Amino acid sequence: MAIASDAPKDGFRLSMLIYDTRFRSYTIQVIVLILVFLAVAWLADNTIKNLAAKDKDIEFGFLWNRAGYDIGQQLIPYTNDSTHFRAAVVGLLNTLVVAFFGCILATIIGVFAGVLRLSNNWLVARIMTIYVEVFRNVPLLLWIILAYTIFSETRPAPSDFRVTDAMIAEGTAPKASMYLWDSVAITNRSSDIPAPLLSRPLGGFELWGVYVSFSVLAVIAVIVASVLGNRALQARAKAIQESTGVRPTTWWQSLLILFAPVIVLLVAMGFHLEYPVLKGFNFQGGIAVAHSFTALLVALSLYTGAYIAEAVRAGILAIARGQSEAAFALGLRPGRTMNLVILPQALRVIIPPLISQYLNLTKNTTLGIAVSYLDLKGTLGGITLNQTGRELECMLLMMLTYLALSLIISSLMNIYNTSMKLKER
Amino acid sequence: MQEESVFFVRGEMINPRSAPSSQSGTVKWLRDNLFSGWMNSILTLLGISFVIYVIYASLPWLLNGVWRANSLSECRAIIEASAGPGAEGACWALIRERWHQFLFGFYPPEEYWRPVLAFALMFVALAPVLYSDNRRSMLIMVGGVGVLLFLAMVALDGSVGHIVFTVLVMAAMLALAYAAPGKLFWVTLLFPAIGFYLLWGGSVWGPIGALFGFGIVAAAYMLLQDRLGVVVSTALGFLLACLWWLFVQTHVTTALQGMMPIGLPGVDSDQFGGFLLAFVIGVAAIAGSLPIGILLALGRRSDMLLIKTLCVGFIEFIRGVPLITMLFTASLLLQYFLPPQTNFDLILRVIILVTLFASAYIAEVIRGGLAALPRGQTEAADSLGLDYWQAQRLIIMPQALKISIPGIVSSFIGLFKDTTLVAFVGLFDPLQGITKIVRADINWKGVYWEPYLFVGAIFFVFCFGMSRYSMYLENKLKTDHR
Amino acid sequence: MADQTARKMEVSDEVAIQITNMNKWYGTFHVLRDIDMTVQRGERIVICGPSGSGKSTLIRCINRLEEHQQGHIIVDGTELTSDLKNIDKVRSEVGMVFQHFNLFPHLTILENLTLAPIWVRKTPKREAEEVAMHYLGKVKIPEQAHKYPGQLSGGQQQRVAIARSLCMKPRIMLFDEPTSALDPEMIKEVLDTMIELAEEGMTMLCVTHEMGFAQAVANRVIFMDQGQIVEQNEPKEFFNNPKSERTKLFLSQILGH
Repeated sequence: MAIASDAPKDGFRLSMLIYDTRFRSYTIQVIVLILVFLAVAWLADNTIKNLAAKDKDIEFGFLWNRAGYDIGQQLIPYTNDSTHFRAAVVGLLNTLVVAFFGCILATIIGVFAGVLRLSNNWLVARIMTIYVEVFRNVPLLLWIILAYTIFSETRPAPSDFRVTDAMIAEGTAPKASMYLWDSVAITNRSSDIPAPLLSRPLGGFELWGVYVSFSVLAVIAVIVASVLGNRALQARAKAIQESTGVRPTTWWQSLLILFAPVIVLLVAMGFHLEYPVLKGFNFQGGIAVAHSFTALLVALSLYTGAYIAEAVRAGILAIARGQSEAAFALGLRPGRTMNLVILPQALRVIIPPLISQYLNLTKNTTLGIAVSYLDLKGTLGGITLNQTGRELECMLLMMLTYLALSLIISSLMNIYNTSMKLKER
Repeated sequence: MQEESVFFVRGEMINPRSAPSSQSGTVKWLRDNLFSGWMNSILTLLGISFVIYVIYASLPWLLNGVWRANSLSECRAIIEASAGPGAEGACWALIRERWHQFLFGFYPPEEYWRPVLAFALMFVALAPVLYSDNRRSMLIMVGGVGVLLFLAMVALDGSVGHIVFTVLVMAAMLALAYAAPGKLFWVTLLFPAIGFYLLWGGSVWGPIGALFGFGIVAAAYMLLQDRLGVVVSTALGFLLACLWWLFVQTHVTTALQGMMPIGLPGVDSDQFGGFLLAFVIGVAAIAGSLPIGILLALGRRSDMLLIKTLCVGFIEFIRGVPLITMLFTASLLLQYFLPPQTNFDLILRVIILVTLFASAYIAEVIRGGLAALPRGQTEAADSLGLDYWQAQRLIIMPQALKISIPGIVSSFIGLFKDTTLVAFVGLFDPLQGITKIVRADINWKGVYWEPYLFVGAIFFVFCFGMSRYSMYLENKLKTDHR
Repeated sequence: MADQTARKMEVSDEVAIQITNMNKWYGTFHVLRDIDMTVQRGERIVICGPSGSGKSTLIRCINRLEEHQQGHIIVDGTELTSDLKNIDKVRSEVGMVFQHFNLFPHLTILENLTLAPIWVRKTPKREAEEVAMHYLGKVKIPEQAHKYPGQLSGGQQQRVAIARSLCMKPRIMLFDEPTSALDPEMIKEVLDTMIELAEEGMTMLCVTHEMGFAQAVANRVIFMDQGQIVEQNEPKEFFNNPKSERTKLFLSQILGH
């Protein structure tokens, strides 16, 4: 074997910086780095000059000052005496809560609409097509504003719900009535829904100004345990199937394991609903859900649902017809074909666009400002910004928060993608 | 010996016969498509009742619509008079009175011909991009746009001078498309300046001066590219152009304007509104984001770590934040980042930020197009001795862009819908800005369905049309010569 | 030797390609090991071997579609180093034909052929088109000049690809399995074109399994396995009297049926 020698090393010439593939990329990168540095320096210099001209500086101390404004919907205790920081946290939670419920609702709507669009029922498929096309091709803002306007301008005032003695005597109905066995009232002010309450709660403690309830923790723990138990049951069923070839029927056991413990716990804690009741000029009791929240939720989930429907449809269509034919030819029944062959492949196609729709939905919650929904944009990027005049700091914090949210969601997607990737050569 | 012979020969061919009656006809269709099982039947009944409900709820309202009235109360009076007390109806009179605001905002009515002409020229500019190899389609498109433009002009603008002028312009375009379809590409290149001039007006020398800068870039590229390579020559040209734009242009254009004062009446940015604004922002942002998006996509595929990191960082940052934050950056923060005392138009600032926003999305679309190209294309270009930029320009980009057109169109649809968000920084978008003004009018207080339906319908027509067109393109791409 | 000279294909003493001690790795995988090879001008070499043996990588190194890490490759007196100018020079003298043709689908056949002459050689368009038509005539499809690649059959596309390389007037042609993506009835038309080219004295390196072609035109057959040259010989000797066990096994597998 001859001793291998390296490529020739003749002297270094300046032209090699450009014409030699080993150095060329470094030359380019150094130039780019210098240009980027210059650009950043220019921007920073401008910013400093501008700030100086306006007699401003960059500091985040304002976050700990008194906010001085009220927020209608608050998931953690907040008053106008709280700090700007707490206002921002309340806003962020409002963003998250509408995004969370929006994602769930949109998924349900989207899966239904997507599957029904492929159904061989001509009428239903057409209706779903119209739904998808109408919602996808009209701005989301219109749906939000329209939903809000309909709620707040067409719904009756609380006083219209009043039933007077005279009405009972005459046998006439009030102008408006509540829904779902008198449990939900939608007025022009808010939607009043029953509040879940416990008569024998387990207590709790305060942590960083947030009340942590043992009852909620207990419910969560029981649900997690039930899910794990159900998984163990399924694993046992699978083991039995693998050893004997017959899969035992487990659906009623699953139902029992999943739901019985939670119900028992809730009954033990004295779970009951508090219904909204008309008192004076307004409904009391229950939970008053602001129309800004409802409108945003409805519009976001219908709009995103249309996109999810498309993703679901595309995912199912992407699975070549040959796959189901092959499964049928092997003698699998349609249900099993769906479970074992189609769905595992379709999910692989559906989940990435689904998650990017979740991402879009989360970013679109910012449109809540159109109906004065105080999310992160409304608090930190809205009222706080206007009150303190600290545009740079507020915008920076807000953008970074949204960026962090997006990055978390998209890194989840990447983890999923790598774990689900088809093993190919 | 009893073995049967397998020999067979057909003496006469069998002619096709019609299928048995159970295989065709309305009953068969109904059974197959609506009542093929109990589940399907239930769905069908639900669907029918839903449709009936919708019709029952909206049809009287639509039928009772009133087109001529001066206020909402007058509308209601007319409806009650004609359809009986308690009847409800649409009050289209509002649209009749305010449609021009929804379309043009506060643009001076006597100048409506300018945005309309610019809109028509936009299609002329698009023609060579969409039908590069087909003169017939180009002619049909230019001719069709010309006819529509003529009708729109007659309906909008009584002025004979304007009508004659626009007809002459379109006739020139048609002649150009007929005689030298390749030359129509110049219209595409010049369109940004033409469009800007038509919309904002003012001195004609401003846009010409700006174009001259691009001429400098092109000239530097042509002259130096052989010796210095693509990047360096373009950069040098750009540097020269910047010098021209920053230091020389204003002097030259003011002097020229002093000698030859040619121009259209200027229109201020705050007079823009409605769908005009939506189109200006959407089209400018997409057009501007294409070159940036191409560079970002190439950078993201580069094997130079720094460039790749910069591009990925930019793209992911933009895609991670909501558009609204970009708009607020335009309205609140951009003034901090630019040299003191630079103060320019809000629409322009919004366009810049929306362009950056769109370019991240376009970059991802183009990256998809690039990934779809087989590796062999680059290798073949390399083995023929083409350098990187030649390969990109002649081989890779023409194909990747063509594959990406559907994605670009859907980005445009998304962006067009998102232009409604500019209302939050104080511009008059058709949905929030204009509708709010209309609904605040004392005469029309209390209407909500009509303006939203009107605006929504226009959005729907444009977006749906574009999405169908991109689907058509996608199907055509699949079957095209490949 | 006697029937070798009978084919009027002469090999000059001039060296076209000189490869010494060349090594290449993909990551940690050693794809090419100590390759030593000299190609004389006018030589026609067929390289064969099982898949994954590195034969495609070897000829892709010759116009630097792949980078080698050790050793020297000198093509027509120009050493392939990381110097871009040398790479450009080599590439414009070496033509390459790919397994999957790699024609540019968005350009017509004529545009495919004139692209590189116009942009790399800076030939006037008219002249480039004349040259292109000449070579299209040579590969016997001048009538297809204004069609798009997708409208041609595989065999026609491959002949266009050969013509495209020839338009650059290369001194060396590399063929990377030019017939293995083709239907059997189209293989012959491509091989005929290649044989014609060989008869004109073109220096050719051809990765192929077409043993008939090797016997007809090659003056050397190289057998590669596991990234190294295992055996090389004149075609007649190579096929009738292989020396190495690996070669025998390989030949029995591809000629066995």
